Amino acid sequence: MSKLQPALTFPFQGTTIYDPAPEYARLRAEQPVVRISMPGGDLAWLVTRYEDVRKVMTDLRFSRAAAARPGAPSYGKVATIAPSIFSMDPPEHTRIRKLIAGAFTARRVERLRPRVREIVAKRLADLAIKQPPVDFIEHVALPVPVTVICDVLGVPHKDLDQFHRWSDIVITIAGRPAGELLQAYKEFHAYLAELIERKRRNPDNDLLSALVSAHDEQGKLSTKDLVSLGVALVITGHEATASQISNYVVTLMHYREQWYRLLSNPGLVPSAVEELARIVQFGATGGALVRIAMNDMEVGGVTIRAGEAVIAGLMSANRDVDVFPDPDRIELARAENPHLGFGAGVHHCPGAQLARLELQEVLTALLRTFPTLHLAVDESELRLKQGLIVNSLQALPVTW
Amino acid sequence: MLEQWTLHVDQNRCVGSGTCVGLARRHFVLDRTNHKSAPLSPNIPAEQVVLDAALSCPMEAISIVAAGSGEVIFPKDLSDE
Repeated sequence: MSKLQPALTFPFQGTTIYDPAPEYARLRAEQPVVRISMPGGDLAWLVTRYEDVRKVMTDLRFSRAAAARPGAPSYGKVATIAPSIFSMDPPEHTRIRKLIAGAFTARRVERLRPRVREIVAKRLADLAIKQPPVDFIEHVALPVPVTVICDVLGVPHKDLDQFHRWSDIVITIAGRPAGELLQAYKEFHAYLAELIERKRRNPDNDLLSALVSAHDEQGKLSTKDLVSLGVALVITGHEATASQISNYVVTLMHYREQWYRLLSNPGLVPSAVEELARIVQFGATGGALVRIAMNDMEVGGVTIRAGEAVIAGLMSANRDVDVFPDPDRIELARAENPHLGFGAGVHHCPGAQLARLELQEVLTALLRTFPTLHLAVDESELRLKQGLIVNSLQALPVTW
Repeated sequence: MLEQWTLHVDQNRCVGSGTCVGLARRHFVLDRTNHKSAPLSPNIPAEQVVLDAALSCPMEAISIVAAGSGEVIFPKDLSDE
């Protein structure tokens, strides 16, 4: 690495739910590949232009598996419960990825729409009879994705509350005693292992049964794989979606004129979901995890040496003027929108179609049922959960 | 002799996730203008990694047909739509 310039401290200051740190615009223009010091102190290269970011995400010579090996540079200071699928490279990654992808294709997910609509309607009906202000996360943003992912996986409804408690503990690591965390992990794993055993005996028409059958008939997955995959699906299908639903609402409340635009034209919801995926700050890295260069690699005019760490700045790529005209303006009807909100390459979010569907259904129902929705506190009072790689609000008090 | 495949990426379905490029960069490329994927060559010898790419695509945008027989290799389940 070049010793000429000191590394920038990452993450940068000045990020909001809907704005990246101003530093990114300067870096794209002046230093598109730059040395940063990650929260734990290890050094990495940060890549900020769209084409370069996509190159890092789609070229397997930037390895996730190498980043998970002991002694590799790490992000640090953040709960990286990396379920094993996040830390695999092809071909090992591929055998699991294609099973999951098959369950979450656009066509299959579309069949879930009536059920998702029903889940959203029930939550909003329950909300409507409450006395505001209420926490939107507790009543809508969290229960909707939890119910959906449990439906998809085939978790019995009677176990939903228990399921929710475990996943909540497993996700919000910061500030919890290690003992409590370990206990929740053990219980959660044991529960999933038992559920998998039940699906083996009595297969149903759900994802877990399909994965078990792939395991038993084709020997594609080990039981350890299955449990780890279950944890990964719960975490991503739960915290990530819940966070984005809340972050979308905050953004639309902040840019109130956009909320009005959707009220007068609800047909814009699908393209609005894409534009908000581009605008909303999912996290400092946009959810991208550290990758390690396996060879000397040329990116944006800089040589990244084998063994060095790289972070692909997804949120920065989404504001690159070379790809998105007037990138900082919200255009809910934006026609061409190849944003990287769901990542890119072999780790591109396999649940993206399901997330899109949930976001579309929540927004559509919310506009119809709560047109006067607004924040019940000043925006400056909203707090993010600490120690997470994604931007997840602690609470979102709303009124109407 | 190896079976020959004809490879197609549906430009209406493709969202440019780059999953196929990540898996099989010798066979797929992301266009720098429309940001969608296309086969580098539509006619290729059968190869597992290309089928893996088709199976991993979130949009089911990739189709594979056996060049000689016209048999659809992927997607197999169009009938259940």
